[in-house]
Amino acid sequence: MSTAPETSTRCALEMRGVSVSSMRDVDSIAVEDVNWTVSPGQWWVISGLQGTGKSDFMMMTGGLMAPVAGTYCFLGEEMPIFEDHRLPDRLKLGFVFENGQLFHQLTISENISLPLRYHRNLSQAEAEPEVKKLLELTELAPWADSTPGAIARNWQRRAGLARALMLRPEVLLLDNPLAGLDLRHRAWWLNLLEQLSRGHEWTNGRPMTLIVTTNDLRLWRGGARQFAVLKDKRFIVLGGWEQVEKASDEMVRELRTTATTED
Amino acid sequence: MKKWDQVRAGKRRQHNSSSRGHDHPLANRRSQIRNPKIWLFAVFCSFLRAGSFASPAVPKFPFDLASGEIYVALMQKGNASTFDSPRVRFVMRMPVPQFFSNFVGRKLFRFLLTIQGLGAFALITLAVLIKKIGAARPVVRPLIFREISRSGLQLLPMFLFLAAALGLLVIGQTVSWATRFGATQYLGTVMVIVVVRELGPLISALLVLARIGTANVVELGTARATGEVEALEALGIDPVHFLVVPRVLGMAIGIFSLTVYLIIGALASGYLWAFMQDVPLRPGDYFSQLASALTGLDFILLALKTVLFGFIIAIVTCYHGLAQPLRLEEVSYATVRAVAQSVIACVMIDALFIVIYLAT
Repeated sequence: MSTAPETSTRCALEMRGVSVSSMRDVDSIAVEDVNWTVSPGQWWVISGLQGTGKSDFMMMTGGLMAPVAGTYCFLGEEMPIFEDHRLPDRLKLGFVFENGQLFHQLTISENISLPLRYHRNLSQAEAEPEVKKLLELTELAPWADSTPGAIARNWQRRAGLARALMLRPEVLLLDNPLAGLDLRHRAWWLNLLEQLSRGHEWTNGRPMTLIVTTNDLRLWRGGARQFAVLKDKRFIVLGGWEQVEKASDEMVRELRTTATTED
Repeated sequence: MKKWDQVRAGKRRQHNSSSRGHDHPLANRRSQIRNPKIWLFAVFCSFLRAGSFASPAVPKFPFDLASGEIYVALMQKGNASTFDSPRVRFVMRMPVPQFFSNFVGRKLFRFLLTIQGLGAFALITLAVLIKKIGAARPVVRPLIFREISRSGLQLLPMFLFLAAALGLLVIGQTVSWATRFGATQYLGTVMVIVVVRELGPLISALLVLARIGTANVVELGTARATGEVEALEALGIDPVHFLVVPRVLGMAIGIFSLTVYLIIGALASGYLWAFMQDVPLRPGDYFSQLASALTGLDFILLALKTVLFGFIIAIVTCYHGLAQPLRLEEVSYATVRAVAQSVIACVMIDALFIVIYLAT
């Protein structure tokens, strides 16, 4: 079903007949029969109106929920991964939540360093050089010692990104990263994601596979991005931006021409 | 919109026409109210249904699946919850019971499910505790120290005050009674029976529950509601290891230590109050009374009991905060439930230890 060409023998993500339940109600199916292949280095934009199960789909893709049906492989490993011995594979997948979802008891720098310290057995001081680099990358240095409650939401979300980048994942999932951001922050996010996709020095120049969701396709116009939409519980792969422009579906037209929510 | 307006207008029209037919719309109802038979029947019915009205199914109650709640455990690998099987869902979605037997049955069913859920959660926690004993030490160890300080050290001033009060009330009452019979040589024995064996551990457990247990539910419930637990899982951090294990260890060690201080303080203050009430008792005699009343078993059972209290309180409070997807408005209900269940669990453990004392 995927229109993406296979660039590598190993797929980053591969879903066959996957169904996703809703996070809030396990009885209801949010998305059905997803057949989707993501090759390493690709950048996918998944769109859909609010309430079409984008977040549920991302939760499942992020390995936080098991699919109700079908098989989902991440880098050749069957998901979800909960066993300790398979954890290193699991950590190649980064997840950026819509609102950052920071730990409110910890400061920003502790939040960012937590995954590194937990998985590599480091003290805060030992993790400091890495934390500093990420604080500079995300321009969060002035708030390093504040708790998340003390800083604005735009910056909390950047901290969420920094925390997800800490372990240098190969695939990064971002749930609605541009929702409700002002122009300056939006430009910053697009620019950084572009760099990550091409290969940022943080990942030693290795291109990162990106999957983002959005309410507004216009923001992601251009580039070599692949597009898919969620509609009526179906996952429809569109392909590149040209296919999005050509699509006759009413909802796709709505998503690419009119601003939907928050923007 | 228009359609809805028409429907409403139609209803109003019907209502008007019906009221025109009678003297008063409530006329029929009024004649019913005067009928004593109907009153008797109403009282009987309300008695039958009293239990179901009082049942938590009426307000929002997250355990009740009739409200459309789901009950997923915090991890899919070790599903701590038992509320998510189709059979359970079917039973819990049945209509509100009409009779007391049904009501009691449903309550019993709920109670058993809670026990099962708590047991599963306790076993998962124990497994994680043992399996990951040295894992992520730089992160988890400071958390454990923080919890020990929170549910131990920081409560010490309050416990010392309480120890003085406990000594006073036990000795005060005993002296006023014992002097009448000249039985002051049993002061030490009374202190051991009342303070060391019963009141000390139980009071410590209940106070730590009130101060720290409630905070646990609120903290973890909020963390669950705001998605912090999902964030932990997304980072490959075991929420039980990161959130529950430090609290369990901290509370077990905290309650044990506080009980020891409380008992020592109460025994000392007991002598002081006896001295102030002019009881002719030398410190050495008081001490030998205590020593003869204490047995080796007391020390073992005291340690076991307090550690168990800490473990159970931490498990119950963490379970209610963590093991279900809460919304923010449900955190207060979870806190109320956790406190009630912790108190019941502690009293039941205490009863179990009394049986052990009586058996030996």
